[in-house]
Amino acid sequence: MATAAAQESLFRRPTATTGWWSWVTTVDHKKIGILYCATAITFFVIGGIQALAIRTQLAVPNGTTLTAETYNQFFTMHGLTMIFLVVMPLGVGIMNYMAPLMIGARDVAFPRINAFSYWVFLLGGLFLYSSFFLGGAPDGGWFGYAPLSTELPGNGMTFYSLGLQILGVASLLGAVNFIVTILNMRAPGMTLMRMPVFIWMTLVTAFLLLFAMPVIAVALFELMFDRVYNANFFNPATGGDPVLWQHLFWLFGHPEVYIMILPAMGIVSDVLPTFSRKPIFGYAAIVFAGIAIGFMGWGVWAHHMFAVGLGPVANSAFALSTMFIAVPTGVKIFNWLGTMWKGDLHFDTPMLFAIGFVSMFIIGGLSGVTHAIVPHDAQQTDTYYIVAHFHYVLFGGAIFGLFAGMYYWWPKVFGKLLSEGLGKIHFWLMFIGFNLAFGPMHILGLEGMPRRTYTYPDGMGWNLWNLVSTVGAFIIAVSIAVFLVNAVLTKRKGREAGADPWDGRTLEWSIPSPAPEYNFAEIPIVKARDDFWHRKYVVKPDEQVTPVVAGGAVAAHEDEDDPGHGIHLPAPSFLPAMAAPGLPIMAYGVIYSWPLIVLGGLLLLLALFAWVLEPSEVDH
Amino acid sequence: MATELTPAVHEHHTSTGLDNTKMAMWGFLGSECLFFGSFISTYLLYRNQTADGPTSADLYDIPYTSVSSFVLLMSSLTMVLALAACHRSDQRGMRAWLLATALLGMVFIGGQIYEFTEFAHQGLGLDVSPFGSSFYVLTGFHGAHVTVGILMLLLLVGMSMFNRLGSDDSRKVELIGLYWHFVDIVWIIIFTVVYLIPS
Repeated sequence: MATAAAQESLFRRPTATTGWWSWVTTVDHKKIGILYCATAITFFVIGGIQALAIRTQLAVPNGTTLTAETYNQFFTMHGLTMIFLVVMPLGVGIMNYMAPLMIGARDVAFPRINAFSYWVFLLGGLFLYSSFFLGGAPDGGWFGYAPLSTELPGNGMTFYSLGLQILGVASLLGAVNFIVTILNMRAPGMTLMRMPVFIWMTLVTAFLLLFAMPVIAVALFELMFDRVYNANFFNPATGGDPVLWQHLFWLFGHPEVYIMILPAMGIVSDVLPTFSRKPIFGYAAIVFAGIAIGFMGWGVWAHHMFAVGLGPVANSAFALSTMFIAVPTGVKIFNWLGTMWKGDLHFDTPMLFAIGFVSMFIIGGLSGVTHAIVPHDAQQTDTYYIVAHFHYVLFGGAIFGLFAGMYYWWPKVFGKLLSEGLGKIHFWLMFIGFNLAFGPMHILGLEGMPRRTYTYPDGMGWNLWNLVSTVGAFIIAVSIAVFLVNAVLTKRKGREAGADPWDGRTLEWSIPSPAPEYNFAEIPIVKARDDFWHRKYVVKPDEQVTPVVAGGAVAAHEDEDDPGHGIHLPAPSFLPAMAAPGLPIMAYGVIYSWPLIVLGGLLLLLALFAWVLEPSEVDH
Repeated sequence: MATELTPAVHEHHTSTGLDNTKMAMWGFLGSECLFFGSFISTYLLYRNQTADGPTSADLYDIPYTSVSSFVLLMSSLTMVLALAACHRSDQRGMRAWLLATALLGMVFIGGQIYEFTEFAHQGLGLDVSPFGSSFYVLTGFHGAHVTVGILMLLLLVGMSMFNRLGSDDSRKVELIGLYWHFVDIVWIIIFTVVYLIPS
């Protein structure tokens, strides 16, 4: 390699491996995964506080906790936070840490782009939140329907259009990175049909992101041009069509739903077999169902628009496609039930969250199918029934699944097991609180209580269930506090996990915990699906399962003096964290003053030039 | 092909046999299809929504735009010649063709700037009508893509001049070539859909 060229670089390469500087310059997928998850959990607490404020306001009729103005900002930011700053990045964080380990790779395909994605995501989130201090947050709903979103005063919805644009850049780059990583970086023998289901779902999610993000990017650009430069995309007075916004938004928005739920489905598909001591039931079926959901997810968007009046033909077509997408989803549910059926079930905390996911997701899925029926949907549109439905899917579904993943993989990431006692308290509190908070919303919705309205009058018969819902919300808050306490206590005096605490089936359990910097001292040769399990157990001809004598020879290289010697790892770099601020600076420029656009653009450009000239590896 | 004879010094083995960066570029371009597809759909929806402002029939100068389109298409040819020179390890030839490609791109951008100012003089502003908004934003984003391509081409030339581009690095030229051809193809679609189909 051209060492002479490699060493003369714009900056001296960072070398720190510990301390906060190492986190800024890291390109290690594991550190980036931890950064993603920690950031997402912080935003989860912030978005949760907004939810508590909303529920406090709605606990009693004619509530006075929040003004209408603040309420609008809070419910908008709650939605944006939970979708773009919690569920998506939490999934991405877990993918980041686990995907290379599960396919037997040493890193992702583009480590520096991976780091850049994280910094862009973090700064995009901070940009969105900075609006609170700059005259008011977005207040037109996460769906940003025009012409409300184009005409709301203040800069809130401009922050919305630019903030989501920045977050979209991070998602798009992440998607490209994961597609290449999964397709190209698999260990020898890791054929596509031997990949863990989580990896499959990550791949489908990445393709959905790849094709959904450009559509929302266009919608957001059009909104931005309307708001800032007086364009006429959504202005009915000159012939602009607000329904165009809805089409573009939901053409992104419905795949987005699967972008949020598929990673959780993948996690659960790996947790359930481990704690049932059985392989996943119907591997091919669950994989193809996931792919089918990925395809069909593009053909259902107008069910969000039944109230628009697209006409009976369009409505019927989208009603049918929406009912049809329940089929592959149902296939998955039977896969999960079949996996647990006659299994040797172990009810550790990850398993509880996984079962919680399956049961809550069934409720959310069923109420979802009811929306496919157009007349029914016309009744429920804009009521709390919808709020109940999507919280059962995205909280009861995605969040439960992501917590299953966190409890499951925590020992691999930090080397210590989260406390089972506190974990179970967390699960049951969250399970009860969740159902108290969102179950009654079905009834409130059927009784006609409108969503997105900051208060309601007395005497509508809504008082009791609103109060119950508020109590449930606070129980959820307590459960999250239990989780945070658990995390802190585990760091201080948690039980050492060892390499394979759950009798795992996939490659990540074959290496020490926490995973060493180089992941695998030797790249594994994969011979079967659930390869690690097959290394630990032999199935005799009479179907008797016995452990291999040298059972699960975990990380035999551990006692070597310097196991990582000679392994080339991508070198840390300043440039991803230096390039990322270019984007929010440009975005502030759009709002406040155009020279900032030039400045941010130059910063981005120069950092990217330096990036191209900087070799990704350094010779030792 | 010549590339197969060069020992893959720094090529990492991949599961599919396809190069990582090339696969990433194809993925990105797939994403770009939906980006331009959405803007083109918007334009098609709005091409007659002129709100008493100038219409496309008033403004478009087809012979003029045909010439600038031809210039952009020729830049694809020079890009191919640059890659061929790169495969022959003919660094000077490669630089010449890359510069020619960038230059043709700049001519195209110059033509677009002239066209925009001309249209603005005739009363079509971004804020005049949905037609104006969708025309400027669609063709403007295409122009931005060409501009990014020009910057990347100039960077390649610079790297080659300072010997930062090894002979085994034809991949970089190929990648930027992929991007450049894609942007050209998008223009063929825009030229057909926006300029040639009468309103």
